[in-house]
Amino acid sequence: MTTKKSLRVRLQQSEPFSLDVQLRCERGELLALTGPSGSGKTTVLRSIAGLHKINHGHVYSGGDCWFDDAKGINKTPQQRSVGFVFQHYALFPHVNVLDNIVYAMSHLPRKQRYVKAMELLSLTNMDGLEKRLPVNLSGGQKQRIALARALARNPKVLLLDEPFSAVDQLTRRKLYRELAQIRTTLDLPMVLVTHDLNEVQQLADSLCLMHHGSTLQSGTVNDVMRKPVDVNAAKLLGHQNIVTANIKHNQGHKILCALGIEFEGVVTTDHFDCTHLLIEPSAIIMHRGDRPSRGERENPINVLVSEAVELGDELSMHLTANTGEHLHFSVSRHVAKRNGIQIGKTIGVSILGEGVHCLSA
Amino acid sequence: MGPFWLSIKLALWTTLLLLPVGILLGRILAYKKFKARGWLEAFIYLPLVLPPTVLGFYLLTFLSPNSQTGAALQSLLGIPLVFSFEGLVLASLIVNLPFAVQPVQQAFSNIRPSTREAAWVSGISYWQTFTKIELPQCWQGILCAATLTFAHTLGEFGVVLMVGGNIAGETRTLSIAIYDSVQAFDMRTAGIMTAGLLAFSIAALLAVRLLGNNQHSREHR
Repeated sequence: MTTKKSLRVRLQQSEPFSLDVQLRCERGELLALTGPSGSGKTTVLRSIAGLHKINHGHVYSGGDCWFDDAKGINKTPQQRSVGFVFQHYALFPHVNVLDNIVYAMSHLPRKQRYVKAMELLSLTNMDGLEKRLPVNLSGGQKQRIALARALARNPKVLLLDEPFSAVDQLTRRKLYRELAQIRTTLDLPMVLVTHDLNEVQQLADSLCLMHHGSTLQSGTVNDVMRKPVDVNAAKLLGHQNIVTANIKHNQGHKILCALGIEFEGVVTTDHFDCTHLLIEPSAIIMHRGDRPSRGERENPINVLVSEAVELGDELSMHLTANTGEHLHFSVSRHVAKRNGIQIGKTIGVSILGEGVHCLSA
Repeated sequence: MGPFWLSIKLALWTTLLLLPVGILLGRILAYKKFKARGWLEAFIYLPLVLPPTVLGFYLLTFLSPNSQTGAALQSLLGIPLVFSFEGLVLASLIVNLPFAVQPVQQAFSNIRPSTREAAWVSGISYWQTFTKIELPQCWQGILCAATLTFAHTLGEFGVVLMVGGNIAGETRTLSIAIYDSVQAFDMRTAGIMTAGLLAFSIAALLAVRLLGNNQHSREHR
């Protein structure tokens, strides 16, 4: 049964800052915790590991209770069986790579420790570096050792606190691939704290969006990213095209109005007031001058190109509608050139209903 | 016992007894936050700013067999604590407290908190974290504290004279012997002893500087 080894967390505190979070992570699942700085992500991770004392709530790993204020249980970090990868590696600087891993294996007989440590070095592609001191390793190598050490305890939960933030982009991509490979061999809940939404999409199965110490939204990565619950969540998830909307009722039908037109093909919900629309970038179709475009009859509007900046191969634009609201839109530079796009020109775009989602304020 | 060997004996006892205290207090000041922290720090570092004669006066008053505390201590330990070697050691321990604490405190502060936390989540007990993770990273600070304490004890004059007096073979240390020689216009003997102390002090400072540099470069690599 999957629930037997899942991680279940409920944390509440009011001082020194407020925290009210509920999480569940099944074995084999990688849950990403994301949100702006100061939202409490790292505190959640530290509380799970027993490094932060929390007032109320519980932390269960399968049937093991690590913390439950109602039962008066609060195990030490040593008793919790977690693997923790720190943001700045936190390797033991005075011992070599092999001993960094062996130190975390007090649960094994002495002889087995070195055998297992060598296996972990191999798993993290660090063979041959066992005698080096951490000071002689690159950032990527340090992070691989930190991961090997975290796995050395044979943990029941793996916690990763912004593990890729201190390495360069090239190394980061390599480490993504390696973590994705190692993940397939791990059958334990994994919680990743990150600021990077690209990292979330590449690595995580589920996502918990935090803000001011509370869970704003949680679910599968795809659901949360595509369908934020409200305007705040949408902005935190990096969505730029958020416009005001209202619903008119006409002879029993609901008509969704935004950007000065009546929208068609958008799924509205009765669960909340639709005060805003989130428009995915891929849902904006530019009308071409030479021939009709796919879907150009769907929600067509005329917009003014109020800003245009070349970013690499693309032209990034601000489009201003009659209502004064802006849409962000990019096209490749050759398409922009062919259609004569320049600042001050009015162009026609269509907005595909399937890429539009209702939001509450 | 000659003044030279008496000074070495005093410096060795002081260093030996003060190091564990320095490690304990240095670690507490580096890691713990508590209300009386300011008071504790003020007490430890007081000998740095207080004139040695003032400190010597209070110690003499406190340890004198004529005072209640001095009498109680004498009956408890069975030895007089003024004008005796044991009293000299006690005074020396207090005078040298800042030299034994400060380098150790600095060394513990330089260990990143996440390194200790990484040890805990790796299943390493708090005691083993201290012995296997913290102490090996602090040894230069501890050695620096030992060197400073030893060198400073060799050169201490005011407090030693106030508490120990000037008893040959018992409390007459090197710096007091230098003073005596100058008083007796025996400048040659005084010159030899001062040159010896000067050479030792320079060597000690160089050693401390070297240790400090090593630690600094290790932390910033």
